[in-house]
Amino acid sequence: MPQIQIPTPLRQYAGKQATVDVSAKNVGEALNGLITQHPELRRHLYTDDGSLRAFVNVYVNDEDMRYLQKEATALKDGDTISIVPSIAGGC
Amino acid sequence: MATLTEAKPEAVLSNDEILRYSRHLIMPEVGMEGQQKLKAAKVLCIGAGGLGSPLALYLTAAGVGTLGIVDFDVVDYTNLQRQIIHTTADVGRKKLDSAADKLKAINPYINLRTFDTRLSSANALELFREFDIIADGTDNFPTRYLVNDACVLTGKPNVYGSIFRFEGQASVFATENGPCYRCLYPEPPPPGLVPSCAEGGVLGILPGLVGVIQATETIKLILGQGDPLIGRLLLVDALGMKFRELKLRKSADCPACGKNPTVKELIDYNEFCGVRGEEAPVATDVPTVTVQELKQQLDSKKDLFILDVREPHEYQICNLNGYLIPLGDLPKRVHELDSSREIVAHCRSGVRSGKAVAFLRQAGFKKVRNLTGGILEWADKIDPGMPKY
Repeated sequence: MPQIQIPTPLRQYAGKQATVDVSAKNVGEALNGLITQHPELRRHLYTDDGSLRAFVNVYVNDEDMRYLQKEATALKDGDTISIVPSIAGGC
Repeated sequence: MATLTEAKPEAVLSNDEILRYSRHLIMPEVGMEGQQKLKAAKVLCIGAGGLGSPLALYLTAAGVGTLGIVDFDVVDYTNLQRQIIHTTADVGRKKLDSAADKLKAINPYINLRTFDTRLSSANALELFREFDIIADGTDNFPTRYLVNDACVLTGKPNVYGSIFRFEGQASVFATENGPCYRCLYPEPPPPGLVPSCAEGGVLGILPGLVGVIQATETIKLILGQGDPLIGRLLLVDALGMKFRELKLRKSADCPACGKNPTVKELIDYNEFCGVRGEEAPVATDVPTVTVQELKQQLDSKKDLFILDVREPHEYQICNLNGYLIPLGDLPKRVHELDSSREIVAHCRSGVRSGKAVAFLRQAGFKKVRNLTGGILEWADKIDPGMPKY
């Protein structure tokens, strides 16, 4: 089953979990499964018109899904999806 | 790869310097040539805080010949848990003065240039042109985008690091053929959606870990050695102690460094990031109560319900005996509140409770007000014995 890695700033909306397992054939299904399990995540990942927010990047293993087949990128067992939002802290 | 700085004749080392850098000089990756490159190099650190502390300390110790630091801030007690260039005795001093003392004490041979100013669209390009490499140790989105765009426009590599709680990111942006920060994140998050370190906290060692990675990358760029983090985003998870790496690509559509760039000059980055000034957006249109008014009403035994919307670990530090519902839990626990009672909501400084009041009013609560300045203001004006955090 593919696993989604939840970054620290979003864990509070995902039941404080660092990873969520989802059963999905592609990235779009996996993200859908994630926000079905954790509805509060929706507004942090998607804009009101349903597109993925520009400051949230989604990786399949170490590759940016924008350079694969985006939401249609196929998943296989053991794949890791990483949600990588921008963080700005430094002081 | 091509090196950024060629050893110049004036970068010849004195005998004292040769002794000082002997552990560099005897390794083939640095050697005399590398040490002279370090001496000829000019690096600008943006910020002398969490990331800037280890960056400046190590670059100075390593013998980077010219080190610039931009900062406008003053040392306070909450900095000392992580900003290791500053000491307790420095509280109240300018961070630049405090940092300069330590750096000169470590290495009197470097040329230290301090810029007592806030980096802005008006001064960034001129400043960056005087340096070879920019190390970004800032703490907010507007400055992140400003540093990136100014690096792209001046053609200077941006050695990037950022942190949140126990997680960090590092990369090298804006090299000639590599991606820039905007290739990764074309747009900033809306204000308030991503918490800052001041709001979310940060493990004290984390800026050390990430700042040292930035220092390492800076030195590698100067030496022209190894594989720099160009086209790679390093993710650091200090809790799991895991380092992961993601691939970054230069985006043809990038507004800053793509084929048809739209960023041709520096813009208003506060506007770009939806922030006015440095203040976090506060819900100003909600009814408020001052700490003095609250004190008076409590003293006169007025029936008030104090709602504390902070996190349980904050409640343990100090509290006003309020009823605790963290802001994030409010929507699902709103039924615990009685809308017929007068409610005063508070948090640490008034930002989160402002959001809570706005939410409750939308939910039909008419008699709910926000405590201006939060429990910090209470500690300042009403109860000096209360700890602040």
